[in-house]
Amino acid sequence: MKIDAQGKSFVDLNVEIRDCEDPEVFIERCVGQRYIATGLADKKLVIEGTPGNALGAYLNGASIWLRGNAQEATGDTMNGGEIVVYGNAGDATGYAMRGGEIFVRGNVGYRCGIHMKAYKEHKPAVVVGGCAGSFLGEYQAGGIIVVLGKDAKLPLVGNFCGTGMHGGEIYLRCNTLPKLLPAQVKAEKLDVLPEGEVRELVRKWCELFNERESEFLQSEYYRLTPNSENPYKQMYTVN
Amino acid sequence: MNMYLQPEYEVVRKEEKCTHCRLCEKQCANEVHSFDPKTGRMVADDAKCVNCHRCVCVCPTHALKIVKSDDVYKLNANWKMQTMNEVYKQADSGGVLLSSMGNPNPQISFWDKMLLNASQVTNPPIDPLREPMETQVYLGKRTVEIQRDENGKLKDTLFPQLKCKVPVMFSAMSYGSISYNAHESLARAAEELGTYYNTGEGGLHKDFYKYGKNTIVQVASGRFGVFKDYLENAAAIEIKMGQGAKPGIGGHLPGSKISSDVAETRMIPEGVDAISPAPHHDIYSIEDLRQLVFSLKEATSYKKPIIVKIAAVHNVAAIASGVARSGADIIAIDGYCGGTGAAPTRIRDNVGIPIELALAAVDQRLREEGIRDEISIVASGSIRSSADVVKAVALGADACYIGTAALLAMGCHLCRACQQGKCNWGIATQRPELVKRLDPNTAYKRLVNLVVAWEHEIQEMMGGMGINSIEALRGNRLMLRGIGLSDTELKVLGIRYAGE
Repeated sequence: MKIDAQGKSFVDLNVEIRDCEDPEVFIERCVGQRYIATGLADKKLVIEGTPGNALGAYLNGASIWLRGNAQEATGDTMNGGEIVVYGNAGDATGYAMRGGEIFVRGNVGYRCGIHMKAYKEHKPAVVVGGCAGSFLGEYQAGGIIVVLGKDAKLPLVGNFCGTGMHGGEIYLRCNTLPKLLPAQVKAEKLDVLPEGEVRELVRKWCELFNERESEFLQSEYYRLTPNSENPYKQMYTVN
Repeated sequence: MNMYLQPEYEVVRKEEKCTHCRLCEKQCANEVHSFDPKTGRMVADDAKCVNCHRCVCVCPTHALKIVKSDDVYKLNANWKMQTMNEVYKQADSGGVLLSSMGNPNPQISFWDKMLLNASQVTNPPIDPLREPMETQVYLGKRTVEIQRDENGKLKDTLFPQLKCKVPVMFSAMSYGSISYNAHESLARAAEELGTYYNTGEGGLHKDFYKYGKNTIVQVASGRFGVFKDYLENAAAIEIKMGQGAKPGIGGHLPGSKISSDVAETRMIPEGVDAISPAPHHDIYSIEDLRQLVFSLKEATSYKKPIIVKIAAVHNVAAIASGVARSGADIIAIDGYCGGTGAAPTRIRDNVGIPIELALAAVDQRLREEGIRDEISIVASGSIRSSADVVKAVALGADACYIGTAALLAMGCHLCRACQQGKCNWGIATQRPELVKRLDPNTAYKRLVNLVVAWEHEIQEMMGGMGINSIEALRGNRLMLRGIGLSDTELKVLGIRYAGE
């Protein structure tokens, strides 16, 4: 089913998407409508244009392919499904994700993957093709964030990467560590990307955006994980 | 062990009554009591005692009591013992002081300085035993636009609302900060009472989905446990922007309270401290708040009211005005005496303002701006009795949240050691052997009893004022008079002095 989003309010557009019986929905001329596909469980959406904030918030299994740029809070508190962004994505991409995958071809803004969490089979992932802004993976409690830095002109990540991290992993395709890495984060250099989930994620990203796998799989990476010495406890004294 | 710190409380055992049954030893998770085989007597380590009174209550022969130690430093009105001890603790550890429950310091309670009216002669009191007395309230927007269909019939344009049989709800206490059994007790009590309990920010255990009709789920900065089923399952969704006990500060659940069940519910690693920072990282303005409000409304098809909970702070009236314009249906305002499972002492005791003043200021401001009907107000932060509820309603609240009073009903003795996770009453702990001490069958009934008793008292006080519907009491400040209050306090509260 095809929906022309031009001039539609987000309320009407979302009702149309929710009520549509066709499992595939094509949205054209999308101009800033917020909350598209909020909590959606079971459809495939292809969007042309620029959706507004909170695209795929609480997404619950649906698949969104965006042929354009995403604004802020894409995949906010997403629980399952996938979001593929062919352009850049704004701030707070994948905020508090708890499942599913987000693939961004270009860059992401500030606070990407903040508060991501995981439990058993629920293991969210964000793969960023370009660079990420400051506060990447703050308070991360689980899941995987990968930043590939393709054609990076900017620093790969901004400041305060992983502040307050207490679970999960961040992979940065680079050979020098970002400055100002907080004490709660442990960094480990990898000569190639290890087998397993992260390799699969990068493969998938390459496949989605037609990139050469070898360029990304054989590179040097830094793997960031929480420092198990867990310095928070010592911050407090019982009164 | 810090040699500078002396025990604050002493365990006193009447030897002639003690039968050496060792129940106190078994019951104390702080390991205060032990049996000394050499002397054949029970001994106690006062330094470990948090004065939770568990041993006193379970001792079959009433052989125990806990007394405040009369050990004192050289008296100094400026440098009190507590102040000095806090310095010793920090000099020893280098840590931020962490406390539990509400501010224990002497406070000005404005509730206690407001008196209620009663009818005499001209407008007779109403006897609640004989006359119908309405305590039911609806919470949500009341700005309904009347629309008719082509046949002239009224269209249902009502906003989603919460219906409380009594204007008392259980405030947010997360699974993690309190136990499974405590949550079950609150949920069952809310169901029986026709009111609501609040999951707090720790997600919702799947066993409690069946109480969904009486559940308010919370969405905080950490977004623990937030997903479609959680939102769908609730009667209302509360966005936690702040908490009275720790405005501007997030949650910190110590790793010792993160059991495997709590880890699953929150989706975080087991045994590792859980951080829920102060800001929502996507909310920097009222417009951003509006975005979260509407994303939650979209996720639940506009069927559930959205509550925004804020701490009572200096500019609370202006903030509330913004919240009322954000699309939220209900605002919960939490005063600075409110409780907590853990908060930095300095924040708890020094940040924020009393709920009475905040509530009066917010109600006044929203009325002045003509947007009072856009939003219902829930007041919390040390609502200790039915009289506090009645006064809160008269000051402008639609309903109240109670937290500490509910915990007390379940057996809490306000020992203020929740952050240690060793609650002997099975409430603020995740240790299975302690949790099972709290029997939900008993605890839920005690919660029901408390609220039912308060309901009767509310009806009696309303009846005395000649008011037969709680709606007619809301914002009815003529029913209040102040005593021992300054002109400024009276002005902020919007009430007259007694005798005026």
